[in-house]
Amino acid sequence: MSTQNLHMYRRPEALLNVRTHYCAGCGHGIIHKLFAEALGELNIREETIVVAPVGCSVLLYNYINVDGLEAAHGRTPAVATGVKRAQPNRIVVSYQGDGDLLAIGTGETLHAANRGENITVIFVNNANYGMTGGQMAPTTLVDQRTLTSPKGRNPQETGYPIRACELLSTLEAPAYIERVSLHNPGAVKKTKKAIVKALQYQKEGRGYSFVEILSMCPTNWGIEPAAGADWIKTSMVPWFPHKVFRDRPAEAAAAGGKAS
Amino acid sequence: MTEYKLMKGNEAMAEAALIAGCRYYYAYPITPQNEVVAYMAKNMPRVNGTFIQAESELAAASMVMGSAASGGRAMTSSSSPGITLKQESISYMAGAELPCVIANIMRGGPGLGGIAGAQGDYFQATRGGGHGDYRTIVLAPDNAQELADFTVEAFDLADEYRTPVIILADGYLGQMSEPVVLPKPTGKTFEKPWAVTGAKDRKQNIIVSLLLHPENVLELHNLHLQEKYERITQKIRRYETYKTEDADWLLAAYGTSARIAQKAVDKLREDGIKAGLFRPTCLWPFPDRELAECASHCTRLLTVEMSHGQMVEDVKLAVNGAIEVDFYGRAGGALPTVKDIIARIKNYEHSEFTHVQAS
Ligand SMILES: Cc1ncc(C[n+]2csc(CCOP(=O)(O)OP(=O)(O)O)c2C)c(N)n1
Repeated sequence: MSTQNLHMYRRPEALLNVRTHYCAGCGHGIIHKLFAEALGELNIREETIVVAPVGCSVLLYNYINVDGLEAAHGRTPAVATGVKRAQPNRIVVSYQGDGDLLAIGTGETLHAANRGENITVIFVNNANYGMTGGQMAPTTLVDQRTLTSPKGRNPQETGYPIRACELLSTLEAPAYIERVSLHNPGAVKKTKKAIVKALQYQKEGRGYSFVEILSMCPTNWGIEPAAGADWIKTSMVPWFPHKVFRDRPAEAAAAGGKAS
Repeated sequence: MTEYKLMKGNEAMAEAALIAGCRYYYAYPITPQNEVVAYMAKNMPRVNGTFIQAESELAAASMVMGSAASGGRAMTSSSSPGITLKQESISYMAGAELPCVIANIMRGGPGLGGIAGAQGDYFQATRGGGHGDYRTIVLAPDNAQELADFTVEAFDLADEYRTPVIILADGYLGQMSEPVVLPKPTGKTFEKPWAVTGAKDRKQNIIVSLLLHPENVLELHNLHLQEKYERITQKIRRYETYKTEDADWLLAAYGTSARIAQKAVDKLREDGIKAGLFRPTCLWPFPDRELAECASHCTRLLTVEMSHGQMVEDVKLAVNGAIEVDFYGRAGGALPTVKDIIARIKNYEHSEFTHVQAS
């Protein structure tokens, strides 16, 4: 193996050298690393402020070497709005789970997107409430068993899993909306590209960017850590397809118009 | 020459916030404080500030948190039902020690209640209001001028103590037009090295209220907060007295109730009855020693409120049984009347002899 290959797997500069508190096979750690790499590539670590959600990733700032603050559960994009409006030249990231983003914080999610706030939302969809031990989330799949859907999610009683990207795509203002996932190395690479693009757009002042990432939670899914990626592919992807739902800057460039 | 402007209390407060350097204001409409929201929508652009009509009071207060954490002077305002929703963020900001100003232009409750002014949120404001063991400074103006003056002070107090400050007024004060001399900026500046502005050439700044490790870190943080509240309690002693020096009968009231009580004092004095008024202008910390001192030479104390008895509990704690404390209040948008107050005090005069015998 060449030394160059070894360097490829170096810890990104923005990722702090600490022990993880995440469970074996959890996707948050991968996403943290991708986020840290993106900060390095765009050279924006020193100007980035993360708003951590209430959820498994509440300690996000313990892993990423940037300024950070905690929002109340679901208020993450509202807090991010307050930060961004006060500091329009900073990169502001709202990092959220599915309970935070689509249940208790649905209003904040929708309205920050609808205002076209120039922030980036990284949405970690793991189909359950991780931090509280695995309850049903708005994104829990039909028939999926959780602590609060012990017989499997019954759509007659609890409706169907909400698709965040599709919902936000009904709004005019968002600049960039994409769903990606972590189910194999290729998908992880695409996830990284999406995060970089979202942050790049924010830096360029293009407006609201939203990246949904299908992520594994083997502990609460009741499967082996190694089986998480496959579960995403077989169970989640059919309901939550990978797609670029909106890319206004790219559309404008393709149309030959000015990208601004 | 002093320049008077005729302004609604709500507008005077909003303009004062701009004078104090507030550049971030987020709110959701609710009567009787809509004038603040409209004023900010119109005037924030003049100072290059940010106004957002938020999707809810939950969101508005969280936006305040974001801008406060960024080091900006941020404010929100609402009326009772909306203030209930803001409690979430107020608790988080108290925990994370973020300075901000929240105005409650109270209306009647519980529930949706009514839109007329009331004072039913005294407990909520002075006891913390949200979850957890915290207090917020609570300023209590009783006219448009004080709404303006106290707002300017509120921003300094918030920054000095890194804590949310509440302006507790009611719908009558908010919507009444009165002549106001707009206050000047205090010129005080506050360093905010803790703000989240990007970790450039320094370590990360992290603003949290979640404290897990080590095991006693949350207890230590709570002790730190309590120590701060003690410092605030020692330092902030705010009240006004009116004809109390020789008073036999002491009234205690704040806000609109105090204006009514003051009228009653004048009328009683015309009839040769020595009444006086003690008016706290800060409700937490409550000027307890000062009230006790003031009451020490009085025969009886009557607390007047637009509620069914909230501040009266602090009044009783303050005088600690030294004299009898009575209560007269009307709520749900109704106002205490000068006539009723006079009748009460005259009744005390009549029964003084029996009262003294009984005790
Ligand atoms: C107001 C409030 N309600 C409930 C909770 C408890 N709680 C903490 S995290 C959480 C769910 C988080 O799930 P999700 O957003 O999907 O993130 P994950 O943990 O799966 O990453 C809940 C319900 C809370 N902290 N605050």
